[in-house]
Amino acid sequence: MALDKNGIAKRIAQEVQDGFYVNLGIGIPTLVANYVREDIEVEFQSENGVLGMGPFPFDGEEDADIINAGKQTITTMPGASFFDSATSFAMIRGKHVDLTILGAMEVAENGDIANWKIPDKMVKGMGGAMDLVASAENIIVAMMHSNKRGESKILKQCSLPLTGVGCVTKVVTNLAFLEVKNNAFHLLERAPGVSVEEIQKATEGTLVVHGDIPEMMI
Amino acid sequence: MINKKVKNVQEALKGVKDNMTLMLGGFGLCGIPENAILELVNLNVKDVTCISNNAGVDDFGLGLLLQNKQIKKMISSYVGENDEFERQMLSGELEVELTPQGTLAEKCRAAQAGFPAFYTPAGYGTEVAEGKETREFVGKMYVLEPAFKADFAFVKAWKGDAAGNLVFKGTSRNFNPNMCGAAKITVVEVEELVEVGALDPNHIHIPGIFVQRIFQGTNYEKRIEQRTVRQKK
Repeated sequence: MALDKNGIAKRIAQEVQDGFYVNLGIGIPTLVANYVREDIEVEFQSENGVLGMGPFPFDGEEDADIINAGKQTITTMPGASFFDSATSFAMIRGKHVDLTILGAMEVAENGDIANWKIPDKMVKGMGGAMDLVASAENIIVAMMHSNKRGESKILKQCSLPLTGVGCVTKVVTNLAFLEVKNNAFHLLERAPGVSVEEIQKATEGTLVVHGDIPEMMI
Repeated sequence: MINKKVKNVQEALKGVKDNMTLMLGGFGLCGIPENAILELVNLNVKDVTCISNNAGVDDFGLGLLLQNKQIKKMISSYVGENDEFERQMLSGELEVELTPQGTLAEKCRAAQAGFPAFYTPAGYGTEVAEGKETREFVGKMYVLEPAFKADFAFVKAWKGDAAGNLVFKGTSRNFNPNMCGAAKITVVEVEELVEVGALDPNHIHIPGIFVQRIFQGTNYEKRIEQRTVRQKK
């Protein structure tokens, strides 16, 4: 069965390693924090200026001056720090953040990503996404394999305005775990109960299937 | 001690005129200069260009200037959450320059620090880089981005003193420190204007040299955009 959003987050959480500084985007990526192993030390960075984000505050304890990049009220963990926006992006651009997890509207087999604009329909802006994808070396994209009309979002070439070029290395969708290299999507794992044929059918870009493809362990 | 203290928001905003370029701190509604924004509405200055990460919401923050049709151009990284903004942008009344968030911060910092421009990898190969100089360094492509030029910077700090020394709180810090000294005149409003000497020099986030005017702010609403809480078990 295809994964739901929490399932995608669970699989991505397995990629988070001890000692990682991690930037989580808005949407599915935010859920990843709920599934990171408890026996490892990880610090979550939010680009609006906090390192060491904790869970949402208890009702009545929220502070208007402490929010995440999604403008949600948050708490901080012991050892947390606050900083200005230029310092925040120095962490990102300077490759001090180990892992970036973000959503996408489209990804292409050459690693291009589009997630900030639908011409004439939605122009909310790129926020920090362009800085993140241009700088990070370890990017995992969390997304649905197809849009609501059933059209693939795993493409030969992005049709929407790009956020970054040749930057995506891993994609986790509701159907599959894909690695992006050599101008193709390499199928690493299948969602539980999803066949290679189903993934092939839902993938417009070049899909490389090598040997037996294991199911995700989630 | 060089005294930067002014008695109120009216004095603090003296000299703001039509067609000026204004920087405003804040991320969403967090850490926005609420007093300065209300005074900009009162002054009814027109055709201003605003450099601000976001554009407020319909009835608060920079949304108030949009409702009043005072803004000619917005330079921001993210402008969701604002219907009036969207309407003015799609109808062509409002010019919008969307800028990657890290580039926006660095364009402020560069202006503050005296750099005319800098190279960043953000936006390379996208429409943000169109018409801009690009250059390769060690096998990677970068885009040349110029520093901002602004007339006024409106900053919100937590605490400050008459010397203009500032301390920020939590994530309301965001773009505020980067905008200090990045415009011709930096105007700071604080929640608490303390006696000179009360702030430990070791704990000051922004030294007073970057500030021209400081005043005690009033009636902070500090609206929360996304109140997210968990329940005690």
